[in-house]
Amino acid sequence: MLEVRNIFKTYENKPLLRGISFSVAQGETICLLGASGSGKSTLLRMIAGLEFPESGQFLFNQIDLAQTPPHLRDFGLVFQDYGLFPHLNIFDNIAFGLKMRNVPAETIKPRVAEMLDLVNLTGFENRKVTDLSGGEQQRVALARALAPSPRLLMFDEPLGALDKSLKEDLLNQIRAILHKTKIPAIYVTHDQDEAFTIADRILFLHDGEIIRDGTPDEVWNSPNSVHAARMLGMGNTLEGRMKNAEGGMINVETRFGMFKAECNHNHSAGDKVSLLIRQSGEGEEIKLTVEDVLFDRDQFQVKTGSGLVIHMKDAPQVGEIIRVRVKVECLA
Amino acid sequence: MRSSFSLILLAHIFYNTTIVIRIVGNALSRLDPKLEAAARSLGADTFHVWKNITLPLLRPSLLAAALLVFMFDFTSFGVILLLGGSNFSTLEVEIYLRVLKLPNLPLAALLSIIQLIFTLIFSILYTRTINQVTTQTAPRFSTSRPPKNHPRKNLRYHFLHSAFLFFFLPLISLPIRSLTRLEADRGQRGEVQYGFTTDYYKELFINRRGSLFYVPPIQAAANSLGYASVTVFLSLALGYPAAYALAKPTRLEKFLDPLIMLPLGSSAVMLGLGFIISFGRSLASPWFVPIAHTLVALPFVIRTLQPALASIPERLRQAASTLGASPFRVWQTVDFPILSRATLSAATFAFTVSLGEFGATLLLTRPEYPTIPIAIQRFLSQPGGLNFGQAMAMATLLMLLTTLAILAIEKLRLSDSGEF
Repeated sequence: MLEVRNIFKTYENKPLLRGISFSVAQGETICLLGASGSGKSTLLRMIAGLEFPESGQFLFNQIDLAQTPPHLRDFGLVFQDYGLFPHLNIFDNIAFGLKMRNVPAETIKPRVAEMLDLVNLTGFENRKVTDLSGGEQQRVALARALAPSPRLLMFDEPLGALDKSLKEDLLNQIRAILHKTKIPAIYVTHDQDEAFTIADRILFLHDGEIIRDGTPDEVWNSPNSVHAARMLGMGNTLEGRMKNAEGGMINVETRFGMFKAECNHNHSAGDKVSLLIRQSGEGEEIKLTVEDVLFDRDQFQVKTGSGLVIHMKDAPQVGEIIRVRVKVECLA
Repeated sequence: MRSSFSLILLAHIFYNTTIVIRIVGNALSRLDPKLEAAARSLGADTFHVWKNITLPLLRPSLLAAALLVFMFDFTSFGVILLLGGSNFSTLEVEIYLRVLKLPNLPLAALLSIIQLIFTLIFSILYTRTINQVTTQTAPRFSTSRPPKNHPRKNLRYHFLHSAFLFFFLPLISLPIRSLTRLEADRGQRGEVQYGFTTDYYKELFINRRGSLFYVPPIQAAANSLGYASVTVFLSLALGYPAAYALAKPTRLEKFLDPLIMLPLGSSAVMLGLGFIISFGRSLASPWFVPIAHTLVALPFVIRTLQPALASIPERLRQAASTLGASPFRVWQTVDFPILSRATLSAATFAFTVSLGEFGATLLLTRPEYPTIPIAIQRFLSQPGGLNFGQAMAMATLLMLLTTLAILAIEKLRLSDSGEF
């Protein structure tokens, strides 16, 4: 459906996006994950037609969008700080898109009521925007974007301003609505939890490029880059130097000793390598000194002298030496 | 007569457009660009965005600007006095005439009361609408940037170009005319001479009439600067407590808000009349002028200080005091740095208001202490090319001083304390 082809964009003379390409299929929710300032919102604004790339194309159903002004693109957009019209009540906010499409009044009324039902705000028609809480405002914004049945929905960090429990609640609602309506969606966020909850596919944006594109499960199992691993909160990354290759695995010298790692890159001896170290049932056994123990729901987070963070069922003593099995992957 | 009506209208449009631009422009710059983006993504074209979003959101500030302009022109004085003649006299001019030209103080006082009632009504309406403007402010943490390379920019450029001509021509014609000879030789019915001359400026330093009271015109500039300095001092001294009171208003102070704005609309001539009735014309002291100027400048000063004061979040003060700052240290380290720029800009406002004030000065000034506007009026009311040229020279001088002061304001202006 939507195809993004080789988009370049600079901001204040610095390259912001350097050749972004991806596509979104019918009914698919993709999530753009990136740090703030990585250009994800700009990308959304360009898809919406509110800004223009220096080069590259946006196509929808094989039709180039370059000549289509934003109001004719039929793409819904939901903002972080809602962007509700302060001078209109809830009904008129949600009806706005329908009125712009000259939908007859007798169709608008039931449609608005239907949308309010969908976001659990039945009967809110005559409230003022300023009377609603943040979560309610965001649900109105969602209803407003959904009402005209857009061809594509875009979310620009929609839950950034909300607290944690409300976030989870709304996230599940958005997920359910997207599944029900089958509208393709692009969801932009810097929060990996949100991304894993909502996305059918996750795209990592780093340094103006997409460094990883895959299902949540693929991305989690092999982040393939230090940045992606850090962004996923996988924490345990380690720098080292490759010593030699040994039957599909490589030996890497690090400040904690030698590690054997799986690697599908072309490294030669002496190269700098980044490793991802994950706790696992099998794999090499290493010895670690416990430095601090933190309560973390049903387990304990253990910080060790080497800087590695592992999780354990039972809390060890500080100073104790523990043995853990780890799986080591080469990231880059 | 028709032409003097259009001239009066043109002059008023000339100096009021900037007020509208200031108020509406300010509101426009505070509109959340996200709202336009949202409307466009929902299918609104440029016209519908403007009609359904921009215009309704700007309505309070448009109304406020309209009320302010109405209030200013309701009490218009200088332009009418110079361009109008009896057919076009406003209440303000009529009051002036009843005081100085055809003395009838009771009638003048009655006219003043009528005018006062009107301006009071407008003041109340204005404060109401301007409060609406400030409550409808967009969220501050908006991160979106206005779109670049917008096609509508071209239209804006064309508008700015024509506006520039309209505003620039009258202003630039003053200094040009002040340096151009365009008169017959004195005492002869000869050819009109053209050419470049600095005579008008030289003449400003010469006391031609040799009269005891008459001072060289350049002295007027010195007087103006003196009055302006006193005005700055007085209006800040009075403006600060008022702004503090209004920043955290109690009910009584909310009620008083329009009263503080009253001098903005209430006329300068009326103020002058008040002084004359209270103290008698014979007692007129040179101090009356800066005091009257202070009253005229006060609303501007308060309106500049108050938003700056209100913009200081209470949390900053609380944070400072939990970190161990005494109330004085809190004021010194939190309030003062934020207010210093607003103070400078308020001072500049007071300074320029005093420099340009005409109505009250005309009634209260003593002949031996003219100000620049009074000197201009004296030159204009006398015939001859030399007098006209000197009026232009004085006007250029006034323009120069005001421009310097305005440039200072623009440098110092807090980005969001533009309302007055």
